[in-house]
Amino acid sequence: MAKNTDLHETRQTVTYTGVAGWIDRRLPVLTGFRAEYITYRMPANLNWLWNFGAILTVVLMVMLATGLFLAIHYTPSAADAFASVEAIDRQVPSGWLLRSIHMTGASLFMAALYIHLFRGLYYGSYKQPRELLWITGLVLLCMVMLTAFAGYVLPWGQMSYWGADVVGKAVGAVPGIGGWLEHFLQGGDAPGDVSLHRLFILHFFMAFAVLGVVVVHVAVLHVAGSGNPKGIEPPAATVPFHPYYSAKDAAGLVLFITVFAVLVFFFPAIVAEPENYRPANPMHTPADIEPEWYFLPFYGILQSVPSKFGGLVVSVGAIGLLFLAPWLDTSPVRSARYRPVYRLGIVGLVVAFVTLGLVGRHHAEGIWMIVGRIATLVYYGHFLLVMPWSTRRERTLPAGVEGTP
Amino acid sequence: MDSQAAPLPRRDFLTLATTATAAVGVGAFAWPFLDSLRPAGTDVGRLPIDVDVSAMKPGQQIAIVWRGNPVFITRRTPAALAALKQPALAPRLRDAASSAHQQPPYAANWHRSLSPEYGVVVGVCTHLGCVPGYMPDASASIPIENWPGGYACPCHGSKFDLAGRVFKGAPAPYNLPVPPHHMMAPGTLRVGENPPGETFDFGDIVQI
Ligand code: HEM
Ligand code: FES
Repeated sequence: MAKNTDLHETRQTVTYTGVAGWIDRRLPVLTGFRAEYITYRMPANLNWLWNFGAILTVVLMVMLATGLFLAIHYTPSAADAFASVEAIDRQVPSGWLLRSIHMTGASLFMAALYIHLFRGLYYGSYKQPRELLWITGLVLLCMVMLTAFAGYVLPWGQMSYWGADVVGKAVGAVPGIGGWLEHFLQGGDAPGDVSLHRLFILHFFMAFAVLGVVVVHVAVLHVAGSGNPKGIEPPAATVPFHPYYSAKDAAGLVLFITVFAVLVFFFPAIVAEPENYRPANPMHTPADIEPEWYFLPFYGILQSVPSKFGGLVVSVGAIGLLFLAPWLDTSPVRSARYRPVYRLGIVGLVVAFVTLGLVGRHHAEGIWMIVGRIATLVYYGHFLLVMPWSTRRERTLPAGVEGTP
Repeated sequence: MDSQAAPLPRRDFLTLATTATAAVGVGAFAWPFLDSLRPAGTDVGRLPIDVDVSAMKPGQQIAIVWRGNPVFITRRTPAALAALKQPALAPRLRDAASSAHQQPPYAANWHRSLSPEYGVVVGVCTHLGCVPGYMPDASASIPIENWPGGYACPCHGSKFDLAGRVFKGAPAPYNLPVPPHHMMAPGTLRVGENPPGETFDFGDIVQI
């Protein structure tokens, strides 16, 4: 990792002795850890929104651990998957708890991911020199979404089956190769044993691949260092990571774990869909099929566009646009605090995103169709109009100007 | 960390308390993971099993599964019973009198079963667990000299007589275990349950 000497302490080197020293001289893990997590300089003015990276890291660990132990009891075949999940809930000692943690964790992971993402958009974290950090983050978002989808299919209940079916059909909407691609990915004419087995492997593999990309994400972060709510760089004051941010991250985690535990123990039904406790039945589609809440905004876009393939393009494009943010918005002022127009745009973006979720839930019927189209335009407008326009024309507020070139 | 001033002990205390709390939390969190590895639902595999022995021919053996292990049921011929009683056999066995607790009290006899006609043993070698083969016919040389009929383990050569008693000179240390069993009705043998009034617990035997 390239060292930024403003961030990586060069004065306070420590020499380790004994076994620790022997190892450290051959593989400088202790020196490295010290430089990246103890003496590492952090902006002094980070707010609570900077807690979510640490929260995501811990939730990822929890997901990997519970997932591994669930996999010990899970059977990836169309005939036995449902029964094996029932057995986890009812027979495996503490199996209900591990499953509940894994299910709740998936929802909270996505929630934390969205907060982390909108934090980045609000404070301009995607801007130079953090473009690659931003892109690794978006790659993580896509990987986590894929993992979540694959995981949702595994219990092979009604929602699992029809979720897999709808996604298959969506792939089928690609012009030309769609039909072939759907058949190829599904491994048959309809979701079945082959698809389930593939999705199990995908889910398992992706989960650990995410861990690998997180390592890259954090490595990239430690080159440029964290941004800060004011967007003034370098920040006016810095403090060492430990004990300041180790303590703050721990405090954030305690709060987050409290919410997590309350959901797991008192409201497990919030994240569970009753229909998915019926075994998959290819002959009967349940009345209200809708994806998990974290996919609803994209489902809303999909349904607002009056064309099968068009809906798919606009929906996937909504994620694609995020990748372009560093080049659509090149304003030297980072933080939305000092950018009145940009701030309006991003508030509109968040409102549009939530609204699209509601549109998805109401299947874009009646008035929701109109609402969905407007929200889609607002979402796209932030990237394609507000970002380029405000880069050139926006009158930014003074506080942000002092620190920028 | 500035270390010149007074509040060091307080900082030490806070660090210690935080670390201890975190350690307790991680420990508690580890519990459901370990708990999930605990074998569950084995009770079903431990239910008694009724076996119809009415059609068994003398000398025939049938194998059933109880507690996940093979159990051999044999109908012994008069010749086999005579062989078990030969005085020359006892000195060749490690535990001819069944003194080690490898069978219910009602089977601690010369034929190691409830009635001499039926033999019931767990078919798991007491050396390292292979399943011994059934060689009921007496022979002068196969598999060993003066073979009275019995079981021969394919793995490391342990031998047992037709009552499951282990021969000296081979690695297996104990006689084959005898499971609880009794005659439910004429022709029906129940494996896994004691006769009325008996309290033998298979879990107490020396070794399976
Ligand atoms: C598996 C998922 C992820 C994990 C574990 C993760 C982890 C982290 C951590 C530990 C930090 C430093 C603490 C913080 O700033 O909150 C961080 C910073 C950052 N992450 Fe992520 N991240 C993930 C996904 C994402 C996504 C989806 C994006 C959005 C594209 C993203 C973009 C960023 C950016 C831009 C920063 C630097 C923010 C700044 O300091 O201004 N990350 N991430
Ligand atoms: S296992 Fe039977 S002799 Fe070794």
